[in-house]
Amino acid sequence: MTIQNGTRSAVFKILASAVAALSLVAVAAPAGAAGGGAKHPRSGGFSFEGPFGTFDQAQLQRGYKVYREVCAACHGMDLMSFRNLGQPGGPFYDSHFKGGPADNPYVRVLAAEVQVADIDSETGEPIMRPATPADRFPNPYANATAAAGANGGAAPPDLSVMAKARHDGANYIYSLLSGYEPAPEGLQIAPGQYYNPYMAGDLSPFWTGDPDHVPSGGFIAMPKPLADGQVTYDDGSPQTVDQYARDVAAFIAWASDPHATERKRTGMGVLAFLFIFAGLTYASYRRIWKGIAH
Amino acid sequence: MSDHESTYVPKTGIEKWLDSRLPIIRFGADYMALPTPRNLNYWYTFGGILMLCLVIQIVTGIVLAMHYVPNTEMAFASVERIMRDVNGGWLIRYVHANGASMFFIAVYLHMLRGLYYGSYKAPREIIWILGCVIFFLMIATAFLGYVLPWGQMSFWGAEVITNLIGAIPLVGEPILIWLRGGPAIDNATLNRFFSLHYLLPFVIFGVVVLHLWALHTSGQNNPAGVLIPKERTAKDTLPFHPYFTVKDGFAIILFLILFALFVFYMPNALGHADNYIPANPLVTPAHIVPEWYMLPFYAILRAIPDKFGGVLAMFGAIGILFVIPWLDTSRVRSMRYRPTMKVFFVIFVIVGLGLGWCGAQLPDAPVVSGMPSFMLLDGQLNSYLWLTRLLTAYYFAFFLIIMPWVGLKETPLPVPASVSEPVLDGGIPEKKG
Amino acid sequence: MGRQGSIGAHERCDVTESVELNHDGHGGGDDATRRDFIHIAAGAAAVGAGVMMAWPLVNTMNPAADTLALSTIEFDLTKVAEGMQVVIKWQGKPVFVRYRTPAEIQEAVSTPLSALKDPQPDAERIKAGHEQYLVVIGSCTHLGCVPTFNAGDYGGWFCPCHGSHYDTSGRIRKGPAPLNLIVPTYEYISDTRVRIG
Repeated sequence: MTIQNGTRSAVFKILASAVAALSLVAVAAPAGAAGGGAKHPRSGGFSFEGPFGTFDQAQLQRGYKVYREVCAACHGMDLMSFRNLGQPGGPFYDSHFKGGPADNPYVRVLAAEVQVADIDSETGEPIMRPATPADRFPNPYANATAAAGANGGAAPPDLSVMAKARHDGANYIYSLLSGYEPAPEGLQIAPGQYYNPYMAGDLSPFWTGDPDHVPSGGFIAMPKPLADGQVTYDDGSPQTVDQYARDVAAFIAWASDPHATERKRTGMGVLAFLFIFAGLTYASYRRIWKGIAH
Repeated sequence: MSDHESTYVPKTGIEKWLDSRLPIIRFGADYMALPTPRNLNYWYTFGGILMLCLVIQIVTGIVLAMHYVPNTEMAFASVERIMRDVNGGWLIRYVHANGASMFFIAVYLHMLRGLYYGSYKAPREIIWILGCVIFFLMIATAFLGYVLPWGQMSFWGAEVITNLIGAIPLVGEPILIWLRGGPAIDNATLNRFFSLHYLLPFVIFGVVVLHLWALHTSGQNNPAGVLIPKERTAKDTLPFHPYFTVKDGFAIILFLILFALFVFYMPNALGHADNYIPANPLVTPAHIVPEWYMLPFYAILRAIPDKFGGVLAMFGAIGILFVIPWLDTSRVRSMRYRPTMKVFFVIFVIVGLGLGWCGAQLPDAPVVSGMPSFMLLDGQLNSYLWLTRLLTAYYFAFFLIIMPWVGLKETPLPVPASVSEPVLDGGIPEKKG
Repeated sequence: MGRQGSIGAHERCDVTESVELNHDGHGGGDDATRRDFIHIAAGAAAVGAGVMMAWPLVNTMNPAADTLALSTIEFDLTKVAEGMQVVIKWQGKPVFVRYRTPAEIQEAVSTPLSALKDPQPDAERIKAGHEQYLVVIGSCTHLGCVPTFNAGDYGGWFCPCHGSHYDTSGRIRKGPAPLNLIVPTYEYISDTRVRIG
């Protein structure tokens, strides 16, 4: 069955709008992503990138450990609950636990390791108690003002959707955490600020060196948070800053988009159906228009 | 309703009973039998695509509204709850968000088709004007909708655009406070934006009904731009169903494939990462940009140095569309037969894309990096500011100067005498004077 | 509007309508029936697409994951004194946790099944080894009011709305309610702690 001119032009038309749409993607990407001189993020080699990507469960488990032991001291994840750790696609999901995350003993134990605020059911007084899977991750600070006050005026941002809140989120987080460098000579740094080449910003006002070679990056209020050997990995993975950064970036990427794998899988099915549907409809169209002059 | 005779004959008893009380089946049957020019190409399928987009947006929007909370404390979290906890919520949300973009891709192509084939010319001026009303309502709806997730871009986009109202002399400030429900954008604003965002799509639907009614009254235009007199109905037209229902259906499926690629594989590509940062009235993002479909108008707004002048130019860029039927002096409808105008049209499309690109850039940024430049008035010549001004000048010149002038001066190609004559009869088309 | 049916319209492909208009005699090879298989297949795919689009929309109204997460709670039985009950909230409904006295247990166990409207032995309504604790949903099986504790003619509960009497095992004895008070799924995770749901 040859494709009629009209339909060829139809496919070209759709391709044209696809090209237009995708060029709009380029337009929609903000000018500020590359502007401001931040270094382009390094690739973390993540398993979940691309249309067929999936999360590596072991990596998510290690990432959660890094988050809980290092990052959770300052960064909340207010949109996450302990039960999310046991949901399909999550770090501690196991299909053998039929009752879902509430049944999952790993999730229950991990939750119980963390104290959350609650009210005594008889007296109404504020108390701390071990968390259950239904509880949200506790925020280290009582409110936004306390968060900023305890960190020199810069509140540590919530990490629940951080991978979606930054361009090329997972790679950016990985690069930022593992990319701390000593500040170049001639850079005036205020106290409480640290230099990071992957941080967005414009360093020209603070640079006393060659004006044509302003260092890339910006100032971040967080000191280098990771050090080798800081977190013990039970699965033998290297206990290096690079590995920690990779793992916690993957965990944050999962937390930002827990349904990513399901979304891509559904997409495959939908596209397969649509291609078949298109074929059937095209055949029907040709049948109806057979021999009709137009 | 139209000058075409109704061909429906009720057969069963129930059909006759209903037909004499509410001729809804007759309405549907006549719609399906509508004589449609046989030479329509795929550019004419965008109307059906747009109807599908409107239905998708309304249906997904209603479902989202079952879970969304229009309160500044809870809005962002309620959207994320939809993404995480609501069954299939991630799908509905991504369909709705990307659906808005798909809606605008389709509407721009639909409008460009109308410009190219002269579908705005008599007797179809009202169809065109109603279409412009729909376009304006779409922009308003999209603006309101983008505020609802209450991210940084939501808040600051609302801040910038509502501040434009304040630029109106005399009455601007009081209107601004009335619009916001307070001195700043806050909960009162969010709540009313949600209410209006829910309302406007149904207003759009009503205008679409009028748009289709006007279309059926005047008859569908065609790529040759020739009117089809009654006696040529059989030769030049085909019934809408099944010929064009299946063609529209096929085009819709191709459109859905593009839609699915975005929803399932690039769901945030057309958005802005900053909108995943909860709104903070005390911190402005580095670059405030609207969604891509508003970028050309945003560019025009920023091109004019005066605040109120910019507002007038931006609204003028949309308003000019309404009077196109009276700006174009050509007696030939379709640009197929207007080679000179075709060139200006292609430039217009490129200018439109260029304005969109400029809208996303910083006005001070150089267009060609490293090229030596000089200050002209308030900005470097080699800057997006001046490029935008150049493109804006062409945008308005296209409507105000080129359309009237070229229509009078050009020599069009011979227009075929009818839709099907060159195809069926093998006859030589008569030269139109 | 007819637009809605545009994809599924093939099923309604009206043969007579299209034949009436002049198609220059160049109709398809076999005009015998336009209801070709391909049109039915395309139409079926359209219906399938419609269902595939409708299901997720309907499913969003099913309980969300966070609602389901609250479907399990734990309760410390030491909070209930003998002969008393504690009311807790579970899945938006009240749950009665009653510490029954030996007399109340005796009464529940010795009732003949023939006297019951909804026959069920007491043993089926408690867990072996923990006969003293009765856990029931505090919603009258008639129309859902909350029965009052230690009232009515059978020492259990009495529903003031329409006069249903429940005994010390929560079984309906007199009144319009059709069923015994519902016993939710629960288990003892220790001697003094139950998990409901």
